[in-house]
Amino acid sequence: MYLYSIWVRLWHFINALLIIILIISGMSMQFTGSDTPSLTGGFARAVRWHNVAAIVLIISYIGFIAGNIITGNGKYYRISKKDINTGMGRQMKYFIHGLFKNEDQPFPVTLENKFYPLQKVFYVLIMYFVLPLLIISGSVLMIPDMTIIRIFGPGMFIVMDIIHNILGLLISLFLIIHIYLCTIGPKPGSLFRGIITGFYGGDE
Amino acid sequence: MIKLSLRSLLLISFLFAASSLFGALSGSNIQDTIRYASPFAEANEACFKCHSLRRFEYTDEVSGKQKRGLMLPLMILGKQQFYESNHKNFSCTDCHSHDFAIYPHPEELKTELHFHCLDCHGGDPSYATFKFEEIDAEYRKSVHFSLEEKGFTCWNCHDPHSYRLMARNSKNIQETVLYDNTICLDCHSDNFRFRSFSDRPKINFKKSHKWLPNRVTHLKSLRCIDCHTRINENILVSHLIVPGDEAVRDCNKCHSDKPVAMNTLLMIRSKDDDFKEFNNASVLAALKIIGSGRNRFLNNLSLIILASVAGIIAIHILFRIIRK
Repeated sequence: MYLYSIWVRLWHFINALLIIILIISGMSMQFTGSDTPSLTGGFARAVRWHNVAAIVLIISYIGFIAGNIITGNGKYYRISKKDINTGMGRQMKYFIHGLFKNEDQPFPVTLENKFYPLQKVFYVLIMYFVLPLLIISGSVLMIPDMTIIRIFGPGMFIVMDIIHNILGLLISLFLIIHIYLCTIGPKPGSLFRGIITGFYGGDE
Repeated sequence: MIKLSLRSLLLISFLFAASSLFGALSGSNIQDTIRYASPFAEANEACFKCHSLRRFEYTDEVSGKQKRGLMLPLMILGKQQFYESNHKNFSCTDCHSHDFAIYPHPEELKTELHFHCLDCHGGDPSYATFKFEEIDAEYRKSVHFSLEEKGFTCWNCHDPHSYRLMARNSKNIQETVLYDNTICLDCHSDNFRFRSFSDRPKINFKKSHKWLPNRVTHLKSLRCIDCHTRINENILVSHLIVPGDEAVRDCNKCHSDKPVAMNTLLMIRSKDDDFKEFNNASVLAALKIIGSGRNRFLNNLSLIILASVAGIIAIHILFRIIRK
């Protein structure tokens, strides 16, 4: 089943690479101190990597939104009441219980339903709430020289810094969970092969 | 056609605003809003009558004729600045000869010796808190001391007619930053004054600070001396000014859990708050340094959360292997 079109795969690859760079450089800024070694060879280098990756990420994010609108890929992100009321619970139950009893996936992947409800809700939260807020807070921290930002004073930096750090942690958690849950497919490597080749399941 | 970017415009406007703050001391422009009533106001007025103006007039006591002249820029004093300064309760003749009462001033007064800081403040226990001797020892190691043969003295930075304690009394970091940087920029952005002590070409701030990210924010938020001196925590304001190539360039000196280069700037708030703890709320409210406002507890908590998720995943994997 051809599930991931070329632009989705390309965007996903770029996005994944950028997120990894941003997490490593971001952690380097946050944790490198006078007595702790740097992950990236100093604060300045970490800032440079973080800034460059962030700018490319903003472009890639715009591309993602545009792609979703143009190609209709956005329909996979529409959450129904049923997804929230019962779907998420069923999926959780499957991960905690059913999976170990070799039960079938409660929401098998189809061309109409690429994501199961839990996945859909988290993707929407990450892509439409967390990432835009990360971009906004990060932009404030990246361009403090901008007059419009300076008007609000240092208090704004503090708020944005806290927001950016918390959301950065959420993205890091998401990345770990996302990679792990992708091992739960027809075979542990199926979903990884899918996002590279575009084909899901045994159809490749 | 000269293209100016937004950043360069901001930089120029900052430098212009800072250098013009005390540069424009022409008497005619000063608004008279003096609050302090000096016991010597009347006597001092005889001096300010001419020395606060660009153009002056006096009656030649020999010929009886009315004479006019242009005051040398360095001889123009701001009356308001004087009465707000540390030496506001002085009479002009406490430091200068009584013979200055004669117009035109006698020629020999041109070579009048001036007092320097230590002449009055050195060895005096009532000024011990300022550590003048230690400041002097630092100054003697600084690049400015090498200019003494060209006539450089304490006065070039601390004009006794206008200097006031700022870092020690201020509750506002930004006000202190502007005040202190104006002292540096008075010479370093004024080619005329700079060239009287140095043969070096005029400093191009934009070029010399090109390496510095977010230049405008850095230059507005910090004092020049925070990077251009060797920090001595015994003295509130370090006076050991180092050559430009030895200035702080390591971002981690500020952007880390121990912002050492910021130590003396952050002392500004020490009087009001239980300071020196960098996470101090009032310091953060006045100055935000990315990377240094970190909280060890939250840092550790985030690592614990990450480790917990990894642990849950490991257990899940284990069960998957067992139940296969």
